Amino acid sequence: MNMAQVSYRTVSQIAGPLVFVEKVENAAYNELVEISLPNGEKRTGQVLDTGKGLAVVQVFGPTSGMDVDTTKVKFLGTTARISVSDEMLGRIFNGLGEPIDDLPPIVSSEKVEIVGNAINPYSREEPSEFIETGISTIDGMNTLVRGQKLPIFSSSGLSHNRLAAQIARQAKVLGSSENFAVIFGAMGITSEEANYFVSEFTKTGAISRSVLFLNLSSDPSMERIILPKVALTTAEYLAYEREMHILVILSDMTNYCEALREISSAREEVPGRRGFPGYMYTDLSTIYERAGKIRGKNGSITQIPILTMPGDDITNPIPDLTGYITEGQIVLSRDLQRKGIYPPVDVLPSLSRLMNQGIGKGRTREDHRGVADQLYAAYANGKDLRSLSAIVGEEALGQNDRKYLRFADEFERKYVNQGFYEDRSIEDTLGIGWDLMSELPESDMKRVKKDFIEKYGKWKKEK
Amino acid sequence: MGKIVRISGPVVIAEDVDKARMYDVVRVGEMGLVGEIIRLTGNRSTIQVYEDTSGIRPGEKVENTHKPLSVDLGPGLLKSIYDGIQRPLDVIREKTGDFIKRGFTASPLDENKLWDFVPTVKAGTEVVPGQIIGTVQETGIINHKIMVPFGSPGKIKSIKSGSFKVSDTVAVLETSEGSVEIRLKQEWPVRVSRRVQRKLAPEIPLITGQRVIDTFFPVAKGGTVAVPGPFGSGKTVVQHQLSKWADSDIVVYVGCGERGNEMTEILTTFPELTDPKSGKPLMERTVLIANTSNMPVAAREASIYTGITIAEYYRDMGYGVALMADSTSRWAEALREISGRLEEMPGEEGYPAYLGRRLSEFYERSGNAIVTSDEERTGSITIVGAVSPPGGDISEPVSQNTLRVTRVFWALDSSLASRRHFPSINWLNSYSLYQPELRKWFTENVSQDWGDMYDEAMGILQKEAELQEVVQLVGYDALPEREKNILDIARMIREDFLQQSAFDDIDQYCSIKKQYGMLKAILTLGREQSRALEKGLTMSQVQSMKAREMISRMKEVKESEFPGYLENLLNEITGQIETLMEA
Repeated sequence: MNMAQVSYRTVSQIAGPLVFVEKVENAAYNELVEISLPNGEKRTGQVLDTGKGLAVVQVFGPTSGMDVDTTKVKFLGTTARISVSDEMLGRIFNGLGEPIDDLPPIVSSEKVEIVGNAINPYSREEPSEFIETGISTIDGMNTLVRGQKLPIFSSSGLSHNRLAAQIARQAKVLGSSENFAVIFGAMGITSEEANYFVSEFTKTGAISRSVLFLNLSSDPSMERIILPKVALTTAEYLAYEREMHILVILSDMTNYCEALREISSAREEVPGRRGFPGYMYTDLSTIYERAGKIRGKNGSITQIPILTMPGDDITNPIPDLTGYITEGQIVLSRDLQRKGIYPPVDVLPSLSRLMNQGIGKGRTREDHRGVADQLYAAYANGKDLRSLSAIVGEEALGQNDRKYLRFADEFERKYVNQGFYEDRSIEDTLGIGWDLMSELPESDMKRVKKDFIEKYGKWKKEK
Repeated sequence: MGKIVRISGPVVIAEDVDKARMYDVVRVGEMGLVGEIIRLTGNRSTIQVYEDTSGIRPGEKVENTHKPLSVDLGPGLLKSIYDGIQRPLDVIREKTGDFIKRGFTASPLDENKLWDFVPTVKAGTEVVPGQIIGTVQETGIINHKIMVPFGSPGKIKSIKSGSFKVSDTVAVLETSEGSVEIRLKQEWPVRVSRRVQRKLAPEIPLITGQRVIDTFFPVAKGGTVAVPGPFGSGKTVVQHQLSKWADSDIVVYVGCGERGNEMTEILTTFPELTDPKSGKPLMERTVLIANTSNMPVAAREASIYTGITIAEYYRDMGYGVALMADSTSRWAEALREISGRLEEMPGEEGYPAYLGRRLSEFYERSGNAIVTSDEERTGSITIVGAVSPPGGDISEPVSQNTLRVTRVFWALDSSLASRRHFPSINWLNSYSLYQPELRKWFTENVSQDWGDMYDEAMGILQKEAELQEVVQLVGYDALPEREKNILDIARMIREDFLQQSAFDDIDQYCSIKKQYGMLKAILTLGREQSRALEKGLTMSQVQSMKAREMISRMKEVKESEFPGYLENLLNEITGQIETLMEA
């Protein structure tokens, strides 16, 4: 039944990124195709819809220069696959996994399908190893663990790239010196942003243990659809076959979703919210759910996808659906950035769902949970009072309330704020937390166990 | 034999499928992927496929199994983990590795395991459908009842005791239509509800050990709950807490389109946790259905039905079952995706017009009922359905249609979650329509003044919301002392009662007696403080009381030590107020 290598010259319609090919008897769903343009150029694509006599092909790349008369479409008889090997470390590829660093292509006997099968939930291992990023707002309050997917929700003009680069540089697991690598997938970001990462990675020497997949703003948008799958297939190979711990940074998921919308509208599908297709949740989950750990295997995949929220709106479908799939989120705030605070992490809407598994006695420190909760509650209270004092004036606040107001400011200045090269240990982070808490009344510390207050508290003893 | 003519994602169209009927299960393509016929047009069958269709070509075969989508019911369900169409994930892992491969089938129940069957009727007994004819000790906690399958009544011709596999015949039934072999397992089509004799009014609360739920928004055994909330508001933690601590006999947990790691968490923690009642691992009463978000979307649609059918089966044995569905929004989205591929005319927000009907059909399978049998045996199914509204806005169709059919609403609030007030159930927006009906049970089983305390505490919380608005305008200091006291007590109710840690060894489960005691202490303090204020004392004076500290530590006190602690606390409160007033 295999129709491999049969060429058709029966293109009937080209619309946006879609090519309709007639008289095709039995193209497979998701089959890879090669399209030869009249000028001899070749592009790849994938079958989106197939029936007797008609196949709809989505082209990875522009459709400019294609015609209906002479364009040839060859069905390759297989679904999309890439070659994977350790040789990929230190190399740069495009969205389709082809090298763009002027070095020879990857030669390997291992050809893997890029549409990964779902990990059997029964095979998963619960992520529980604390990753110290050296950033207080993450380590202290939204702890990242190995195998987690923790996106950064940012907005245009905020320092998400710096933050991601800092995490990639500083991330380590305490007391472990295992094989670690970074996979960076860039979708539709500017060459400036891409260069920033490349130079950051080069500066720290991380480039030799990184694989870069770059699809820049000027590159074909359809490649963005396939890039994360290629990047994650590489990650899975390195993690589960080569037993490495992989950190995958994907930037910017917003561009990915927009490319998805482009195809959906070209196919004239019924649109969901804001024109995004109804299956975007499922589609995104096939990317994010490829993070994790597998029982009995030494490697892991940790994901930090970055997305920019259109109009700073967290209810936009892109951050919204992402938040429903990922295990928490790190939210950046324009307010904090304006105050000159780096990293501008707004801890209140931020969350790490796997935090509890990674912290506590034997992992970080016994008081970690309590300190984090107390800081959250106190900061939330302080911020409420900040908006209240804007209405009624600080004088109308009680003595106690003024302490909380001051706490909120100090928290932002001392805890959230830190240098780009400042790598704080978890002990330091917790220490700063206790310093700040000790400015508040001891009797308000309901989230921390009494024993811990006695052991770590820095209140001046009365009497 | 049928042939495929078109493939678009999970929807496949085939021609000439043998004796195609609606909802017949078919095997699609050379790989034999599982699918279900959802539309018939002439000789064309539209099929939703429960597995990824990549690589399938037009022209490949489609075979009809001539059976509707069914589940196997029998001993061995408990402790299992299944995907949306009841394939055992542990067996799949053994056979195909860590990533789920396609076209693989395995028997849902272990076909080789031997179970000890103890007959409870003798040969010659006249039996009716649903009647118990014997038992199997399925786990340390659950005694599995073997029932006469639905169909015609008859007379037991023979029945054996001993060790049997699930497919072995244990009894033969003589009916008017010939003899029927009864095995330990039976099949049931998932889309058909198992009928009961009649439904009863819910009277007994499902005690969950979660203070905000049991005290303020209780659910009755056999009731329905909607838990809508934006991401990060703690839907899943609430569902996990309930499946751990709720006092139901059986828990069916359906992870429908959610995270893989959450299922792993259940798999790792449940075997280690013990049931407060029996002291046995919680896993022994649990069935897991895991169809994570990246698993095929059509199987997600089926997972809810698989779960509820298993729940009905245990209800029929006379057990109280709690079904957690996390999340029904993902199920609705699966409906929408399939509907879109079928090019049906969309209703609201692209959801199919039949969304409301399908949701209410599902929730209607809950209830407290006298099951089909020869005796008055009762069982119940409580459904707790999480809803994930886009952007947290519950005006969307799934939330709205769910609220129309559920009687309890736990409104999860992201502003509470962001200040780490958990469970982040908003006490002003939530409601329980069972509260008035269950009051009787609480007054009889906990304390006479339960209802009064509930009214008083709710009144304080509502008053607080009003006062907060006043504070926004004039500042706290401008309030009269009496109202400052209300704010003070409301704050205590929120922080020292409503907030409950799911991760603290002691606080994660709070017995109903302790809940009562905690609330009583706070309300007593409120009354005593207000007595002192009437005598001319100020708020800042009463706030110096040491007993207040004891209230905030109540959560940390073990269940066994609590009665003593409470007695001491109540004495302290009165004593210290007296001292203050004297001074």
